[in-house]
Amino acid sequence: MSEQSRGPYAPSDARIAREAAARRAARRSSMIAAVSTLIVGVVLVVGVTHTPGWDRVQASFFSWDYARQSFPDVVQGLWLNIRVMVVCEVLILGIGLAVALSRTTRSPLLFPLRIAAAAYTDVFRGLPLLLVIFLLGLGVPALRINGLTNSVVVWGAAALVLTYSAYVAEVLRAGIESVHPTQRMAARALGLTPAQTTRHVVLPQAVRRVIPPLLNDLVSLQKDSGLISVLGAIDAIKAAAIDTAMSFNFTPYVVAGALFVLLTIPLARYTDWLSARMASRQQQGGVA
Amino acid sequence: MTVVLSAQQVRKTFGSELVLDDVTLEVPEHSVTVLIGASGSGKSTLLRCINLLEPIDDGRILLDDVDITAVGTDPDAVRRRIGTVFQHFNLFPHLDVLDNITLAPRVVHGVSKDEAEQRAIDLLARFDLTAKTHAFPDRLSGGQQQRVAIIRAIATEPRLLLLDEVTSALDPVLVGEVLELVAELRHDGMTMVVATHEMGFARRVADQVGFLSGGVLHEVGVPEQVIDAPRTPGLQAFLTALRHAGRL
Repeated sequence: MSEQSRGPYAPSDARIAREAAARRAARRSSMIAAVSTLIVGVVLVVGVTHTPGWDRVQASFFSWDYARQSFPDVVQGLWLNIRVMVVCEVLILGIGLAVALSRTTRSPLLFPLRIAAAAYTDVFRGLPLLLVIFLLGLGVPALRINGLTNSVVVWGAAALVLTYSAYVAEVLRAGIESVHPTQRMAARALGLTPAQTTRHVVLPQAVRRVIPPLLNDLVSLQKDSGLISVLGAIDAIKAAAIDTAMSFNFTPYVVAGALFVLLTIPLARYTDWLSARMASRQQQGGVA
Repeated sequence: MTVVLSAQQVRKTFGSELVLDDVTLEVPEHSVTVLIGASGSGKSTLLRCINLLEPIDDGRILLDDVDITAVGTDPDAVRRRIGTVFQHFNLFPHLDVLDNITLAPRVVHGVSKDEAEQRAIDLLARFDLTAKTHAFPDRLSGGQQQRVAIIRAIATEPRLLLLDEVTSALDPVLVGEVLELVAELRHDGMTMVVATHEMGFARRVADQVGFLSGGVLHEVGVPEQVIDAPRTPGLQAFLTALRHAGRL
């Protein structure tokens, strides 16, 4: 009110001087950042390219010709990785949530489930992924059970699901336990049952809190989907290995590696965007 | 006179500590019972026992003549009929004001979304909170949060409303707006049990005042008698302390 009656606002000389000083400081900071980045970059490039063995390393890891040659094979293999990733991610989120809920339930009826869930996370977080992949991919088909698939892709993916669900379950459990008990109490006081309280009050808050570590696990899964190549599935890594075996040049691996990085970047950026959006939504209100 | 709530010889211990000792209290329909007493005197515990957030050790509590502390009682069914408001509001931070208010009517009472929202919008308009309908709790002042928490508790049209020191966490200037709302609910005929430190408010809205100390309900009566003519030495000392602190 009083602001309007005093007429239009005109910045004072003090404010103009303050803002000019802030702009000068910002310019100086970005100059320093640019120069130091340039120096570090030059030192790294010059340092690596002037090592005695650089020519041979460049020829066997960074050969443009081999990269072009192997690119179609590696991309074709990558399509398998992408399909495995998507199917696994869906299954992992489902199973991880079920295990996390089993571990946090207080119902006496579900006590055996709670024990089983605890044992499961203990075992599969501790076992090396590679070992699980070998056990399922080579061990289960060797049992020769009628009607059970021998597909190494299916068993490799199953190993990924088993291992990563254990990690995701622990992340979700941490989220569930981070919701303050008074939230549960307020919901119960309104007459919500324990299940309704979990569904409408605890889980929405828990999931929001753990989205960054959750997506971190999924990024890690995308990269680890390359491990099913040890079973012989022709994914991007295996395709690169086949090309390398023929040429004795390692560039196809670098191509596969670069493609994996490219594949994880969208998910990483999406994570950042999601956290930023959630933060602003809860703080601003009124615009949801 | 219909009695909504009747606590009979209620006894409650935490470990070896006796926190409610032989508490007997009757709350008539459309009346306001105000519980006063120092922190730790058992006011909050009594409220938490009434909505079954705490089990009692002995005695019984009747809601509309039905023993809700009997073995086999479904606590969810009891809580559906009792509204509770806490000192620290405990709004759900992931839901906006409208969703905070409509959650229980929709999920617990099976009211349709449209009907629940219409009722919530009417309540928000009545208590001057229309502008905050779609705001998230973080963006509200303490007084606004507590008013929303009270609206959330009455949106299910409870038989009994419990208010547990609803102004104790508020800035002094925000206390008034919350107490005004409670006074309006009294005018509507809402049956309430209120634990508070606001003696002026107790005098204004209470039909009966109960003084708790050390888990014992020492005096129950009309405010003029309990606040102005205390009989027990404990209450006299409590009121003197309040007077010296400028709170009476």
